[in-house]
Amino acid sequence: MTATQDRPAAEIGKDRRRKEDQRLITGRTRWTDNITLPGMLHLAMVRSPFAHATITSVDVEAAKASPNVVAVLSGKDFGDELGVCINAWPITPDQKTPGHSPMPADRAAFAGEIVAVVVARSAAEARDAAELVDVEYDEQPAVIGIKNALRDEVLAHPDLGTNKSALWVFDSAEAGTGSDVEAAIETARTDGILIEREYRQQRLIPAFMEPRSVVVDPTGEQITMWSATQIPHILRFALAATTGVPESKIRVIAPDVGGGFGGKLQTTPEEWIAWAVARRLSKPVKYTETRSESLMAAHHGRDQVQTLTLAADKEGNVTGFKVHLDADLGAYIAVVGGGVPVLGAFMFNAIYKFPSYRFECQTVLTNTTFTDAYRGAGRPEATYAIERIMDELAAEVGVDPLEIRERNWIKHEEFPFTTVAGLEYDTGNYEAATAKAKESFGYDALRAEQKERRERGDRVQLGIGVSTFTEMCGLAPSRVLGSLDYGAGGWEHASVRMLATGKVEIVTGASAHGQGHETAFSQIVADRLGVPFEDVEVLHGDTQIAHKGLDTYGSRSLVVGGEALVKAVDKVIDKAKHLAAHLLEASEDDLEYKGGRFTVAGTDQGVAIQELATAAFAAHNYPEDMEPSIDAEATYDPVNFNYPHGTHLCAMEVDTETGAVKMRKYTCCDDIGTIINPLIVAGQVHGGLVQGIAQALWEEAVHDEAGTLVSGSFVDYLLPTSADTISFDVVHTDDPSICTTNTLGTKGVGEAGTIASTPAVVNAVVDAVRHLGVSDIQMPCTPERVWRAIHAGDSDAPTPETAMPHFSEGALNQDEGAGQ
Amino acid sequence: MTKIELTVDGAAVSDDVEPRMLLVQYLREKLGKTGTVIGCDTSNCGACTVHLDGTSVKSCNVLAVQANGRTVTTIEGLADTAEGELHPVQESFRECHGLQCGFCTPGMIMQAVDLLGENPNPTEEEVRLGMEGNLCRCTGYHNIVKSVLHAAEGAKA
Repeated sequence: MTATQDRPAAEIGKDRRRKEDQRLITGRTRWTDNITLPGMLHLAMVRSPFAHATITSVDVEAAKASPNVVAVLSGKDFGDELGVCINAWPITPDQKTPGHSPMPADRAAFAGEIVAVVVARSAAEARDAAELVDVEYDEQPAVIGIKNALRDEVLAHPDLGTNKSALWVFDSAEAGTGSDVEAAIETARTDGILIEREYRQQRLIPAFMEPRSVVVDPTGEQITMWSATQIPHILRFALAATTGVPESKIRVIAPDVGGGFGGKLQTTPEEWIAWAVARRLSKPVKYTETRSESLMAAHHGRDQVQTLTLAADKEGNVTGFKVHLDADLGAYIAVVGGGVPVLGAFMFNAIYKFPSYRFECQTVLTNTTFTDAYRGAGRPEATYAIERIMDELAAEVGVDPLEIRERNWIKHEEFPFTTVAGLEYDTGNYEAATAKAKESFGYDALRAEQKERRERGDRVQLGIGVSTFTEMCGLAPSRVLGSLDYGAGGWEHASVRMLATGKVEIVTGASAHGQGHETAFSQIVADRLGVPFEDVEVLHGDTQIAHKGLDTYGSRSLVVGGEALVKAVDKVIDKAKHLAAHLLEASEDDLEYKGGRFTVAGTDQGVAIQELATAAFAAHNYPEDMEPSIDAEATYDPVNFNYPHGTHLCAMEVDTETGAVKMRKYTCCDDIGTIINPLIVAGQVHGGLVQGIAQALWEEAVHDEAGTLVSGSFVDYLLPTSADTISFDVVHTDDPSICTTNTLGTKGVGEAGTIASTPAVVNAVVDAVRHLGVSDIQMPCTPERVWRAIHAGDSDAPTPETAMPHFSEGALNQDEGAGQ
Repeated sequence: MTKIELTVDGAAVSDDVEPRMLLVQYLREKLGKTGTVIGCDTSNCGACTVHLDGTSVKSCNVLAVQANGRTVTTIEGLADTAEGELHPVQESFRECHGLQCGFCTPGMIMQAVDLLGENPNPTEEEVRLGMEGNLCRCTGYHNIVKSVLHAAEGAKA
């Protein structure tokens, strides 16, 4: 079915230890903050303490007089050369988009926005002097929280006249992909089951471990920027587009980058300011943020209120799903800010055969840190909503949550399947993944234990949570992105350089920051080209070397970047074949390529790819109709998204007296098609799981009423530790659903764990206490919230049912103050 | 400025430092020991963990002057890596895929070495508690815990 199955797969599927690790475990690293250049100056930022304030004056005299300070600059000191921060994805033609200066001269729109920059000979001296910059502010009313923003009483940007930025709608009846959801709802209201819920996606912080850092060296012919970024190519393009420097005069390097998770998928004010200051002073500069600055001013993620209406017949067959999102963009629309919730638009129907579907997303502006992609970007929100509400449907019908899913999911023989959101899922097998997960989890035994504990009235109750997720990944077919008004394409580029000595350099436009591309891509090339794994060097992350690319995010590097690599390798083989035929004095038709060697059928004659590389280098003898080179490059535009899926099962213990929760077991069975390196895949799954579990149980970025981030350090923003987590049970189906839209048969895995795990955990917590009258607990499920949910029925307060009151403001399922 | 003399990764070093300079800043900025990194400003993350007289410390929580007359070992001096050697814990992290982006890794390895020094045969629970002062955002800790347990197993063999 795929090329990989026709050739010996020596490397693909092997748990190779990573090439990257030797440097990283010995401290031989190149983080941006490690870079020191002759005469380099250091920057410190002065940030607004107010969420919304006009800037009346900036007095820099005292700061300028501070030891070893070279310059102190504010917004009014710069003109157009400062550039602007871009929004590359206006989701509607009439989207209201506030102008976003990297350092505004007149008004700060969130607490943490940069209003001045200090340049000094050392970082410590710059920070000391930043304390001396005297900014006078005229504080303005700030709008904090989605529901406040929707009221339009206080405006984040008064000149826009509203906080409502854009309303994006998909309707299956209008699109011709399904029927009318309102009709389904009306039918269900009188003659079926109607479940209405409001769920809250709290605001999260990506919290990559390496704080962002940027170095700019303006002393060469090209101005060079090193940045701790996921997107060196997009960064280069945006610098050229907004600062007046020709793209050909810009070199961007992403050296070792310490994690991103979407958080470094941004073109940042800090980068633009460093760029402008270096150009102004003609000296290299460095800016490295503190962790507090990172939590306050690097973009946040999620932050939605989800209003959901699920219609079903009495047996639990879903007839329609209507979704309304209100999504908080923060103070500005970040590079793909408004697009993140739209990425979820196609995923609320998940693995199910819904006849009708409507999705609306209202984006709003508030005086808070701007939001953008965080691992999963739109799809975790969608998966949470559907997987939580399917559990509610199961409870209403009175059947096991897995049974209600099975009644509604796409059966494996029904693929390829076009969904109500208009996507074509190529392959999948939800039955197999679920069966495998149940077996490994010990589902029936845990259900029996749960029953026993309930009957016994045990203080510690057991809950079992289910999440049968899918996602769309491998961003993305360029034409699809164009139809969604995204500002760029979704292709990827790769090239293969056959060196004279027989070694191979491959250059990819993907930009790894922990994913292990050097290892996985080497495995792909080793198999396809028939060269030793050790002989392949992977180059990336420098626009002088990898001149073309669209970087790393959206689980795209393997499924798009890896495919570009396959295409480039195939071109190398084609060229080499022509040269081999010439040198062997044979017809190309008689040549076979296997194990890195062309042989003439029926003879013992042959030539190795390495010998051909050397022959091309020497160029003493080659056909007249070819250039003396077997190097090749390819740009691959994916034909479709791909759709990994899986069944995740989580067992949680809940102490009904204290509300404390404890994870007992977590099993996931992900079907991601062909696995290149199982070790790396397991690592991606583990890390993804914990980020999703952390949303369910611990993490929340909280602003107070004045708009100050109160979770602005690692003391307050609760990142899980090794003591909070458990070891996971990660399995795969025996016969994976090979992706049919790429050569390798792979599907993305970078975000799967995060997308799937959050609802599995919350479903488990709710399941543990559902018999006590609880049908929802807002994330993060802290002991206090769990305890309050258990005791909500103690007084005369209504018990949370399948409840219309959820749509009333301030009603159940909302903590006081949350999602205002 | 205060003069300090200490041993770092086996070499005697001497410098005049500001009294407020942190040990991690001294290592990175004065000595170029950039293998040790800074991940936070509240001593939560442990990325800067080194050994001071053989015991793990968060070097953002120690002043350079406090290291005067003492011995510091960083990730760069844990084994003779120039000769191709790896400390068994370094090897375990590689073997068990205990790192992804690698930013927390120097601190994780230094903490794990200290933990195993105190308790050569830890349970999973003891590893999880012993490593909780070091944050990782990539691995979900699963393979870090496995790496530490693997190193303990290796030491027994």
